[in-house]
This record gives sequence, C-alpha cells and structure tokens, in this order.
Amino acid sequence: MKILYFAWLRQRTGTSAETIELPADVHTVAELMEHIGQRHPAFAEAVAAKGIVRCAVNQRHVDRDHPVANGDEVAFFPPVTGG
Amino acid sequence: MAVRVQAEPFDVGRELARLTAGNTGIGGVASFTGLVREFAGGRRLTSMTLEHYPGMTELELARVEAEALARWPLDASLIVHRYGKMLPGEPIVLVATASAHRHAALESCAFLIDWLKTRATFWKFEEGEGGGLWVEAKEADDEATRRWHLATGGELV
Repeated sequence: MKILYFAWLRQRTGTSAETIELPADVHTVAELMEHIGQRHPAFAEAVAAKGIVRCAVNQRHVDRDHPVANGDEVAFFPPVTGG
Repeated sequence: MAVRVQAEPFDVGRELARLTAGNTGIGGVASFTGLVREFAGGRRLTSMTLEHYPGMTELELARVEAEALARWPLDASLIVHRYGKMLPGEPIVLVATASAHRHAALESCAFLIDWLKTRATFWKFEEGEGGGLWVEAKEADDEATRRWHLATGGELV
C-alpha cells in the first residue's frame, strides 16, 4: 500500500511517500491512522488534535470509516487551502 | 470545459478570449481571479508556495467542474490553478464560466471557487517576516460549501 503525506504532515513525518504492508487487522482509514501513528509519533500527535488530518483513498476524499485494502493509494493531509 | 494545473503564470485576458472564441451563443462570461496578497495575518509576505497532490488535484477540479455543469446551463468553463512559488500580486487561480445568460455564469463561477477552496488538494505555505507558515483552513470556506448544498438540497460530503 502506498501512503502519501502532504504539507505539514509531510514535514512532521519526515516523508512524502512510503510503501507499507497492510496488517491483517487493519480494515479502515481510522485503523490505518492508528497503525501509522505507531510508525510516526508525530503523526499520532496530529491525529490527536481532532479533525486536522484529512484522508483520500485512491484520490478521492473519504471519511475515517472508509475501507482500505492492499494496493490502495492512501493520502493524509491537513484541510486544503487552495484557491 | 477545461481544468489546468500549472506552475506558470497565466494571462486572464487571453484565457477569457480563448474560452469564448467561436461560440456566439454565449451572452456573458463571469470570472474570478485569486491573487497572492502581500499582507496576511498582519505580516508582510515575500512569497507563497503552493503544494498540491498531482493526480488527485486534477481529478478533484474536474469533479467540481462536472458538478457545476450539472447544475447550470454553461457553454464553457475553465479552471486554471497554479502550484509552486509565487510572489505578491501574482495570479494563483482563475475560474471562468460562460453562458447565454448572466445568472448561470455568475452563480456557477461563485460555486466553483467556493467548492474548489474546500476540495481541491492544495496547501499554501506563506514565507515572510518571521519565517514560513502553513496557512490554516478557514471555517468560512466550509460554511460557503454547506450553503451551496442547502441551496440545492444536496448531501454534504
């Protein structure tokens, strides 16, 4: 599974992209976020601050109960500020 | 109907002329151009850098445009959004819509800029006095999107 990070989440995790093997007990975005928080403590801190981490699965905005599977492209980022 | 994501600046006059060329059924064009403001949060900026999510950004802009086309009778539409480093005064984004009548053009243009602000995967980093800062999202932008949903009875996603 490919994981992407943007903006200050990219800076805090110290990585813009990484490939991980999805653990068998991770089925949703919320569970994936918990798993990634164990790899990157700074990510867990950002998640703890409610609502500031958004997610896309296969380049679509999704909520945290959205399913994830190996082969997905998952991106984490702060609320967007374009325009 | 077009969406472009690019690093280069753009010429608004040329973009609008190209948008309507060859279609004399168009009665009006509405456009919004977003610029880099020199002052933000009480400090002077030297530059702004926009990061984006290549691939998803284009998809999301196309989805927002498709939503506008479904809601209003448009003859033409254009979204141009830049990424990378920009200086105060430079254009960041252009949204333009053309229709036979002004209401469709004006309303869809406002809709497009409101929606892309809450959905298009861009992040602004402002550099200036005291260093660099990531811009925080405004609740007012989410509220603007909510208003469009309520106005049409749509679902908030």
